[in-house]
Amino acid sequence: MSEKKTNRRDFLFTATYAVGAVGVGATVWPMIDQMNPDASVKALASTEVDVSSLTLGKTITVLWRGKPVFIRRRTEDEIADARSVKLDDLKDPEKDEDRAKNPEWLVMLGVCTHLGCVPLNDKGDYNGWFCPCHGSHYDTSGRIRKGPAPTNMEVPKYEFVNANTIKIG
Amino acid sequence: MSDHEYTPTSKAGKWFNDRLPLLTLANHLTDYPTPKNLNYWWTFGGILTFCLITQIVTGLTLAMHYIAHADMAFESVEHIMRDVNYGWLIRYIHANGASMFFLAVYIHIFRSLFYGSYKAPREIIWIIGIIIYLLMMAAAFMGYVLPWGQMSFWGATVITNLFSAIPLVGEGIVTWLWGGYSVDNPTLTRFFTLHYLIPFLILGLVVLHIWALHVPGNNNPVGIDVKKPSKDTVPFHPYIVIKDTFALLMFMIVFAFFVFYTPNILGHADNYIEANPLVTPAHIVPEWYLLPFYAILRSVPDKLLGVIAMLSAILILAALPWLDTSKIRSAVFRPLYKQFYWILVADVLILGYVGAMPAEGLYLLVARVATAYYFLHFLVILPVLGLKEKTLPIPLSITEPILGGTANLATARNKESSIK
Repeated sequence: MSEKKTNRRDFLFTATYAVGAVGVGATVWPMIDQMNPDASVKALASTEVDVSSLTLGKTITVLWRGKPVFIRRRTEDEIADARSVKLDDLKDPEKDEDRAKNPEWLVMLGVCTHLGCVPLNDKGDYNGWFCPCHGSHYDTSGRIRKGPAPTNMEVPKYEFVNANTIKIG
Repeated sequence: MSDHEYTPTSKAGKWFNDRLPLLTLANHLTDYPTPKNLNYWWTFGGILTFCLITQIVTGLTLAMHYIAHADMAFESVEHIMRDVNYGWLIRYIHANGASMFFLAVYIHIFRSLFYGSYKAPREIIWIIGIIIYLLMMAAAFMGYVLPWGQMSFWGATVITNLFSAIPLVGEGIVTWLWGGYSVDNPTLTRFFTLHYLIPFLILGLVVLHIWALHVPGNNNPVGIDVKKPSKDTVPFHPYIVIKDTFALLMFMIVFAFFVFYTPNILGHADNYIEANPLVTPAHIVPEWYLLPFYAILRSVPDKLLGVIAMLSAILILAALPWLDTSKIRSAVFRPLYKQFYWILVADVLILGYVGAMPAEGLYLLVARVATAYYFLHFLVILPVLGLKEKTLPIPLSITEPILGGTANLATARNKESSIK
């Protein structure tokens, strides 16, 4: 057996495989990407909510992109509770000041960061939210305090269009 | 595969068989030599084939009436139940059929565990079986989503969110699976498509499973190789066919009991409430056949590790042929393994029970201990046991204990030697 040398045929094989792989990739990609959110889903990107009827200590739940969003008008006690916590005590350290720019209003996705259930209001060991599915406890700022959820409930992008209207998204 | 060449008797049969040897295949299947000591635990392969065919036939007929749309799915299922001729019957057979399928597959798997059917040279049969089992779970989960009730919706949410535990790409994968930012219509339509596809994939794998089985032949309760040619085997037809049929009839009585007397006992009342993305049911539980794995998921207080533990609990089975170091197949001759086997059975049943209970207090503690034991069994006990255990003497052939006329091997040996 003589030593194997790279010849014209080896080059042709490699070139053919390479072009073939690119072709297969380009063909498969649309089949995969078609499963991503389509244009009509993406178009529902923002929702405006009238919050004028919300009194202190009440929460409303609205649907945004198919997901529940909690809007809570917090009492003084709840705000004080949320702001007095030391960051070292938190699993996912985040200041309440960063989560609620206007301390009276807490806006966040009502989706447990564990496996996506909707937590219950005014429940749990920290007087915030409690997820019935796998037992995660959230405080009055929606931060994870106890249980399997890894992170705080997510605060979406939102703004006050006027004193009574919040635009989410 | 066959021990002898087969030639069709008729001229037409010979003509056809020379071009496509289907008759040779049919002959192989009817004459297939089967160990004559197979007990009723070996009838579940046939029962499972029946279950698969039942699910495919009832599924096809349901698909003629079901509408895969978030606004119409729930009503179309009620339409099947109330308006479609025999729709209630077909749907109850399909829904309970899934449970019966899993009941049979668990018996089939635990039979393999007891008699060591996963050991050389049957590792490929075993691994194909595990893939079939995984596909069954995927099909069952997606099928449960289709009626679009509360349990459908929240089950789908929780299970798809398992993928969000993957670092970096997790969220992207979940959005991709959903086709949106939550479980919604795009999720439903793709689940319907996949639910329709998977049974046919399973069917193909079943063919491979049986093909791989027919290469070495069946394992048997004694767990030793049959000697060929010998009186150790009987032809598949009629001996095994008639035995399988009898067992199938017994199984169908149980099946019919559920369908006609308690068709909803294995389901959840919450699933007769239409899906509502704003309210999670107070107590989410998967179907009974997934409960042990659900218990493992919940027993770990960390999201990613919980998901890893749950998946490992299933995938560890694929490594079983190499984790079990014992050369002896059947637990009949492994006195210690036999005890650990039954502890494992109890452990899995306990996991199933705590999986259905709230994840708190004593239940959580029990779930953690049972989870730890589950992995201990496969990763420590089995490898060590195979090296340390003092096994009982195995018979020379599968005919030996039968000829002795007693199930007790020692007596059989004495008898046989006294005859000689």
